[in-house]
Amino acid sequence: MAQKVTIEPVTRVEGHGKVTIHLDDNMNVAQTRLHIVEFRGFERFVQGRPYWEAPVLVQRLCGICPVSHHLAAAKALDVIVGAGTGHGLTPTGEKMRRLMHYGQMFQSHALHFFHLASPDFLLGYDADPAIRNVIGVAINFPELATQGVLMRKYGQEVIAVTAGKKIHGTGAIPGGINKNLSIEERDTLLKGADPLNIDKMIEWAHSAVQFFKDYYMKNREFVDNFAFFPSNHLSLVRKDGAMDLYHGVLRAVDADGKKILNDVDYQDYYNYIEEEVRSWSYMKFPYLKHLGKEKGWYRVGPLARLNTCDFIPTPLAQKEFEIYKAHTNGKPNNFCLHTHWARLIELLHSAEMIKDLLNDPDLQKNDLVTKGTKQHEGVGLIEAPRGTLFHHYKINDDDQIVMANLIVSTTNNNEPMNQSVNFVAKKMMGGQATITEPMKNAVEIAIRAYDPCLSCATHALGRMPLDIKMIDSKGNEIDHYRS
Amino acid sequence: MKKILVYGYGNPGRQDDGLGARFIELIDDWIAGEKIQNIDTDTNYQLNVEDAATIADYDVVVFVDASVADIEDYKLEKVVPDNATIEFTMHAVSVAYVLDLCQKIYHKHPETFVLHIKAYEFEFIEELTAKAEKNHYAAFEFLKRFIQQT
Repeated sequence: MAQKVTIEPVTRVEGHGKVTIHLDDNMNVAQTRLHIVEFRGFERFVQGRPYWEAPVLVQRLCGICPVSHHLAAAKALDVIVGAGTGHGLTPTGEKMRRLMHYGQMFQSHALHFFHLASPDFLLGYDADPAIRNVIGVAINFPELATQGVLMRKYGQEVIAVTAGKKIHGTGAIPGGINKNLSIEERDTLLKGADPLNIDKMIEWAHSAVQFFKDYYMKNREFVDNFAFFPSNHLSLVRKDGAMDLYHGVLRAVDADGKKILNDVDYQDYYNYIEEEVRSWSYMKFPYLKHLGKEKGWYRVGPLARLNTCDFIPTPLAQKEFEIYKAHTNGKPNNFCLHTHWARLIELLHSAEMIKDLLNDPDLQKNDLVTKGTKQHEGVGLIEAPRGTLFHHYKINDDDQIVMANLIVSTTNNNEPMNQSVNFVAKKMMGGQATITEPMKNAVEIAIRAYDPCLSCATHALGRMPLDIKMIDSKGNEIDHYRS
Repeated sequence: MKKILVYGYGNPGRQDDGLGARFIELIDDWIAGEKIQNIDTDTNYQLNVEDAATIADYDVVVFVDASVADIEDYKLEKVVPDNATIEFTMHAVSVAYVLDLCQKIYHKHPETFVLHIKAYEFEFIEELTAKAEKNHYAAFEFLKRFIQQT
């Protein structure tokens, strides 16, 4: 009979996730499952509400990536108000939204790398957990810790001036935006006192990429062999194949780089993507319909985006992209921990995009909203920090929302996260009767690479701890590790 | 005169979780009405690492948060830096964590308190429960007195 290891959370998280690792009679890992209890009530909650409330309402989902939900909802409603998809907005409307979005990407990626990932790299994944955190980084690498804090702060300032305020921003409205960027706001972001200006942010983002490359050269075997498995990859790309995190067509490639979803209009996403329900998890498993459940699952997020796009349209990030792609001879990269490398290249790209946008005089113009003929259905997609985010709404003649479907990035990465946990568990836990701290952290590193946001996928209020439970072949708990 | 920051956090779209943000509205009105010069306010959904930079230059910081702890209506608690451990996908941090990070990076930290206000419901509603609303008014009167004595 199989044995089982379970990892589950404890605190005020209402929805929850856990990992169970089943061991066979020889104590080898037979099966792993990452269970996440997803709270789907939100899609019901918005039904009956006026559609124009959606971009603000969806921020109630959680406070972690409210900008991504705000913009994805606004993009769906652009279609409903007849403003078209993506490029139907006024230049000021579209560019203000892009600035907001790249601010969100910048602060989120900075937070993830400096706050969550760098402790493992700088201090060692098997280091004492009491120091393996950003505080440990602050003690041992104060310059890096300071950069992480201030990059995050800078990104938050970009969001505040574009969304209007930090909480429940109202910047994006159906058909456009409700404010432009004043000269004073622009200059603060463009040439504020050191270090809070865009040139310093680009410099720091570039050195973060260099930091990872240096780390990689010294730890190549660990990084490459940590969790490697082939998969499909999906994201938006610009029509010419460039990376575009705000808008584009939907592209998927397989593990060898062959296009398996060829730049389709995301308004028809439901023709291409299906969500599977499995009895042991409330979080669904999306897959490409034409390939089926077994072969159609895909990754989203930084690793996927650098696998689907043909180039990055900013010079410094493009140069780093070429170095990154050379590592896999131009083929898709399926190394789980290279997600961090990809994320940092996107961090650099986001900083470059912010500078380009700040220098664009369209941001000071006053033509903010586009109007058209009302439609009854709209889909909005955006490349959120963690991956592709889908918002789909239908309304009735009274302007009330009658259907909402959200596929959040973490849900898209459900199967890849399960695959990563399986890979690491087989490598680290086979033949073990107890769960050591390095073993537990290895599982966490595998999940953390995807930067999952359980708040979006569940009913959580922000905290996401993880526990491990080991159960023997007779169903008895033989170890329980609670974080 | 001491430089003071009052910082409310929580999600106002989640009923009583919005106590922090609603409390700051009261403080802002008070500051404007009394033309108080030495108090700033801030709000966010949750605390994060950048708040170490936000608080570094203040003498006194009061964080205001909704609480599900077993308290009557509100409670002021002094906070000291604490080296909290990392969680596997942590996207928010505690006050003690922010304080510790501030100390490690800037080699100083303000005198810091958390004003816990008793909360009851966390549904998708942008309105406090009646009991939470009553608590936040009581907490506001308390904090005014506290600040005036600081």
